[in-house]
Amino acid sequence: MSTVTLTAKGTHELYLEAYNVTPDAFAGKTADEIAGLECHEGNRKGKLGEYFDIDGNGGETAADTQIIVKGNCKKIKRIGQQMTAGEIIVESDCDMYTAGWMKGGKVTVKGNVDSFCGIGMAGGEFIVEGNAQNYLGSAYRGDWRGMTGGLIHVKGNAGNDVATFMRGGKIIIDGDAFLHVCTHGEGGTVVIKGNVESRVGGQMVKGDIYVYGQIKYMMPGFKYVDDVEAEAVEGEKLTFAHYIGDLGERHSKRKGEIIYGNIYLKK
Amino acid sequence: MSDYIIKNGFVFDPLTGIKGDKKDIGIKDGKIVEASEVKGGKTIDASGKTVMAGGVDIHTHCVGPKVNVGRLMRPEDKLFRSRTKVGNTRVEMGFSVPSTFATGYAYARMGYSFLNEAAMPPLHAPHVHEEIRDTPIVDIAAMPVMGNNWFQLEYLKNRELENNAAYTAWLLNATKGFGIKCVNPGGTEAWGWGMNCTTIHDPVPYFDITPAEIVKGQMETNELLGLPHCLHVHPNNLGNPGNYTTTLDTLKLAEGIKPNNKFGRDVVLHNTHLQFHSYDGTTWADFESGSKKVMDYVNAHDNISFDVGFVTLDETTTMTADGPFEFHLNRLNNLKWANTDVELETAAGIVPYVYDKNIKVCDIQWAIGLELALLAKDHMRCHLTTDHPNAGPFTRYPRVIKWLMSKKARDDLLHSFKWSEKVIAATQLESMDRELSLYEIAQMTRAGPAKCMGISNMYGSLKEGTNANIAIYDINPEKMPKDPELIEKAFSETAYTFKDGVMVVENGVVIATTPKYTVWTDVKVKENAIVERDIHEKFAKYYSVGLENYKVFDEHMHNPRAIEVDATN
Repeated sequence: MSTVTLTAKGTHELYLEAYNVTPDAFAGKTADEIAGLECHEGNRKGKLGEYFDIDGNGGETAADTQIIVKGNCKKIKRIGQQMTAGEIIVESDCDMYTAGWMKGGKVTVKGNVDSFCGIGMAGGEFIVEGNAQNYLGSAYRGDWRGMTGGLIHVKGNAGNDVATFMRGGKIIIDGDAFLHVCTHGEGGTVVIKGNVESRVGGQMVKGDIYVYGQIKYMMPGFKYVDDVEAEAVEGEKLTFAHYIGDLGERHSKRKGEIIYGNIYLKK
Repeated sequence: MSDYIIKNGFVFDPLTGIKGDKKDIGIKDGKIVEASEVKGGKTIDASGKTVMAGGVDIHTHCVGPKVNVGRLMRPEDKLFRSRTKVGNTRVEMGFSVPSTFATGYAYARMGYSFLNEAAMPPLHAPHVHEEIRDTPIVDIAAMPVMGNNWFQLEYLKNRELENNAAYTAWLLNATKGFGIKCVNPGGTEAWGWGMNCTTIHDPVPYFDITPAEIVKGQMETNELLGLPHCLHVHPNNLGNPGNYTTTLDTLKLAEGIKPNNKFGRDVVLHNTHLQFHSYDGTTWADFESGSKKVMDYVNAHDNISFDVGFVTLDETTTMTADGPFEFHLNRLNNLKWANTDVELETAAGIVPYVYDKNIKVCDIQWAIGLELALLAKDHMRCHLTTDHPNAGPFTRYPRVIKWLMSKKARDDLLHSFKWSEKVIAATQLESMDRELSLYEIAQMTRAGPAKCMGISNMYGSLKEGTNANIAIYDINPEKMPKDPELIEKAFSETAYTFKDGVMVVENGVVIATTPKYTVWTDVKVKENAIVERDIHEKFAKYYSVGLENYKVFDEHMHNPRAIEVDATN
């Protein structure tokens, strides 16, 4: 595997849209060619070389390309957007849309990420060692197809609107989340190991939400049915109170049985 | 303005009967002239290329409030699908509900010069005209929707044809409209009561009139006035299995009605998006093609025309004044839904829809569209549309042309379907060997629509004296490409598009814009005190706007090009 190391120079005054910082775009390119890839600072078109020191060449394919991003990326958006394979490690905080519409590979952010990260994710792994802001693993505005596959693991807290319109894949949040979890959910799994304020599973028709802490205000559309033993995260077998919902919504049937969205609240 | 000679191209112009002959075409002062009349103009070498008149789209939802709600409602339609601007053009956004600029440029790249906006809610006509102004290059006309209009329901119920004609003329003037559009006659009004009209004999609640009476009355009104376009109908019962019987009943209403106009039009009823109305079977499970039954009738009756509404198997946005249908669609796919009632006049609904090639019903719909065009005997009466964006975006016309011109292209797709055996069993497409010619494509995309809309003296032809709207495609009729993809490519991006004598597209890139026009029908009728009183009364009693604010102001109209009709005798 070839490693390309980018070091942010901090020369951007506005937010930098680094949508070409992906193993897909870097594959088969030398450091010089990578420096010529396009990016945007506000509405001005620029080249990656203007904003990053670039060291190392890309691998033959995306899968053998590793990107390490150093320096302050707090105002850099869209790292890893639409990537299909390979690996990115960002050693600082990142801005919005990091790992958005990701299809494969792995992105690790050692700091915090802003909103809309992991949006529309279809595959791969996205690890955030700090906190995530709003719309983590959600759908793009207006779209009814949110996250469909892959894994998002946030080791800190997440903000509002996690997993909106989720259809598949898994999101694990080690800390807390606030409002709106898995709104309009149609599949997939969300595990929140901390507490949630409220509006968990609103308009959800399918999918599973596990909460280890408290849900301060439960949605009125959910009904307690039984206690179950389940393994939300591998190797953690626990007992949960099982709720079904959202009872105000349409629900499909499979083999004569109605499919509901499920909330599992740790006992 | 430069003059041009287009040399050595293979010319296809059904309105003058030119079938692929090598012919030079001259452009002088924005008009088409004999090549010998051009002195010292620029020469365009069209050898090995196909030359046609600018395309004419008879049915597209390209401007207006409905389209705009679609744009607002579907930000995801723009995601990763925008073109950055080139040169002095504007940014283009969106796929199924493109921005106004994207619409104008994309049509120009395909060689089109005239669009007929298929459904203008009269009350919202100012919005329609503002969007017409903002859609570059192409000339646009808009048809006000009338099939559920309270005035017309009352006049036609009482068989007051002259009053109905006077009101229609007033409405065309007030909205700067082009012709009479009729959507789900009676059914959209019934929707206000939570009901629908699914046959032509279902009475409309309160008004106690049937769809059959509405359609027949509107056809008679249209011929009484002598409008350029015939009645443009979206019949009842759209999109339901077994609806071909309703379609045949509607088409039969035209029997015995004769065209009366001075615009060279010889049909009295245009059935739009016939594909949505040619369904056999009783449920979605035994759904099958009814195209043969419908086309047997259409081929035998020469006073009706239709456009197809080809399903292109894309993700798109459906939008129609057929409110009940959109509600029905929302209950099928559970996606977002917008719906509105336009007081006294019409309604509309919008639902995103994915025509998925892994779904049997969508594939059958796709096949039905192609069957209709392949079964047609007279392509002057069979027009190419996708009912943009209902069955697919207009940017897919080149793909439809590929399927029509290449059996291999459509067979390859047909056999790649997940349920291909079931689709083949429910349709006739696989057994059809016909491949349409460039001449037939020219009939379907310019000559036929222009004649049917009565605008063939201005659009859709290369006759000397008409506006120099010309499309030059990089396709050689003597050496048709073996790879069908090249047909699609050639029709997607013209080698050159001329609009009013200005070269607007070169090698598939928009290089210039040119003044564009709003086409409307200015009908003079005798003074009619009854209708004037009715209009004042209805506005005072029911409308939420005043009469003086209802009409399209002159400043809303962009470059009007009026078609004069004198119906005072």
